[in-house]
Formats: sequence, structure tokens, C-alpha cells
Amino acid sequence: MRPRQAVLTALLVAFFPLAGCMEVEQTSSAKQAGQTVRRDTSAWSNAPLAGGPAWKQGDRTSWEEQIKKRQLAQNESVRIGN
Amino acid sequence: MARMKFLCDAERCIECNGCVTACKNENEVPWGVNRRRVVTINDGVVGAEKSISVACMHCSDAPCMAVCPVDCFYRTDDGVVLHDKDLCIGCGYCFYACPFGAPQFPQAGAFGLRGKMDKCTFCAGGPEPDRSEAEFKKYGRNRLSEGKLPACAEMCSTKALLGGDGDVISDIYRDRVARRGNKGAEAWGWGSAYGQPPKAAAPAAPAGGKS
Repeated sequence: MRPRQAVLTALLVAFFPLAGCMEVEQTSSAKQAGQTVRRDTSAWSNAPLAGGPAWKQGDRTSWEEQIKKRQLAQNESVRIGN
Repeated sequence: MARMKFLCDAERCIECNGCVTACKNENEVPWGVNRRRVVTINDGVVGAEKSISVACMHCSDAPCMAVCPVDCFYRTDDGVVLHDKDLCIGCGYCFYACPFGAPQFPQAGAFGLRGKMDKCTFCAGGPEPDRSEAEFKKYGRNRLSEGKLPACAEMCSTKALLGGDGDVISDIYRDRVARRGNKGAEAWGWGSAYGQPPKAAAPAAPAGGKS
């Protein structure tokens, strides 16, 4: 083998394992599903209606507490004490 | 808070379509669109007939959201999958992707022209300002912002349809199944659906009475 061929072969062997690293990312990392619409507000940021369920406006925990009571009311075994 | 979910108890659903009517009425859903519907199998077969109420299940990894070419879907902090009708192009990809057939398309004109997608919002409205007229016209009523649960679940007469935090309604259903006792799939009817009432303690024999 000539010296020039030997050098080329050595270069090919050396860089061949790295060929996979050259793969270009084909998906956009900037865009993910469900990220475009950002203008909705949370339910607990609203003031409670007069005469309706009560919570402290803007307080997620108090909103969750009152709606959990409402969820538990779906269990008639607890509600009517069977 | 986990995620808002629906759970339908097939032992209790009596195919009354009360949930469908409640949804239609609460959200003023247009003609030809059914955000919720009741599906029955083995119709008329005694003991084998089962019904469940189906709508958008607000999937944790929603396929509609994944396939939407304009990315009009989003998920609220409490796990409700909603969409923006201003972005929707009415292509129908979400309908093909949804395993429940939840996305609906109103007829927007002659020759079957398809309008923008409409689906169950878990009574959480849309991206418009909460309780606004614009929100109501596009998405229906926002009951979550009023501290209430979806109308379909709250109106269900047999409490077959449960709505709310997945953990809470799972607990309710688990309690219900435990009350039914060790019955298999062959059990059906009132006792299976509503459980057996606790047996009353036998009255104690009066002291000094005859044995």
C-alpha cells in the first residue's frame, strides 16, 4: 500500500465512527405541541359569583378546596349517609 | 390537584341522555354537533346491555394536540384540553386522531362545508376572557370559573357520570365497587349498581324474655 493510500485509509477509519454524530436534528426544538395558545386565564383568577361557590380570588388552593367538596358531593353514599 | 377527568359507570348508566341534554342546554351547542353522546352495546339483551356516556376524555397525552397542524390545542393548569377556534382551520386531523370521536364539525354552509372544530370543554370555556359573551358564543359556558363542575356530570341522575379531579372520582368509584361486593361480570341490576344496603343489626332479645 502506498503511503498516500494508507493515510487516506487511516483517516476514513478514524472518522467513520463519528459519521453518526453528523446527523442533523430535523425537529424543531423551539416548537412543541400545546405551546402556541397562551392567552387563557385560570379558573381561580376570577371572582366568585354572588350566591355561588365561594373561594378567595386568585388563590388556587381555596378554589381547589371548594371544587373538591363539590366533587365529593357526587358520592351519594357519603352525601345521604348510606 | 391532579387532572380533571370524566368517569362513566356502565353499571349505572341508564341511557337517559340527560348528560347530552344538559351539555346541549348549558353550552347552547349548535344543531348537528354532539359534544357528548351515550353509546349502548347489546341493546335490548337482558343483563348484557351496557351504556356509557362519551365525550372528550381530556387525555393526559392528547393525540389531537399532537397532530394539530396549527397547534390550536392547549392544556389548562387543571388538565383540561381546550382549543382556540381562532387558530383552528377545520382540517379534521384531530377527528382522525381521537380514539373517542370527540371532535365535532358543524356544517358551516352548503355542500357539506366543514366549520371549525367543536368539542367538550369540561365546561371550562376557551381562551377568550372568562365568562365573556365571546367565550360563551364560541365555547359555551365556563362553569369551572364559577367554581362548578361540568353540567353533564352534575346533572346525571344516577351519578353514573362522574367529573372532577381524577384522584377524587377514582376514590368515589372505588368506594362504589367495594360496596357492590364480590360480584363478577354476571351481576347486574339495582344491587350491582347501587350496592347492598348495610344489614341492620338483629334486635337484641329483651332481658328475661322467653328463649
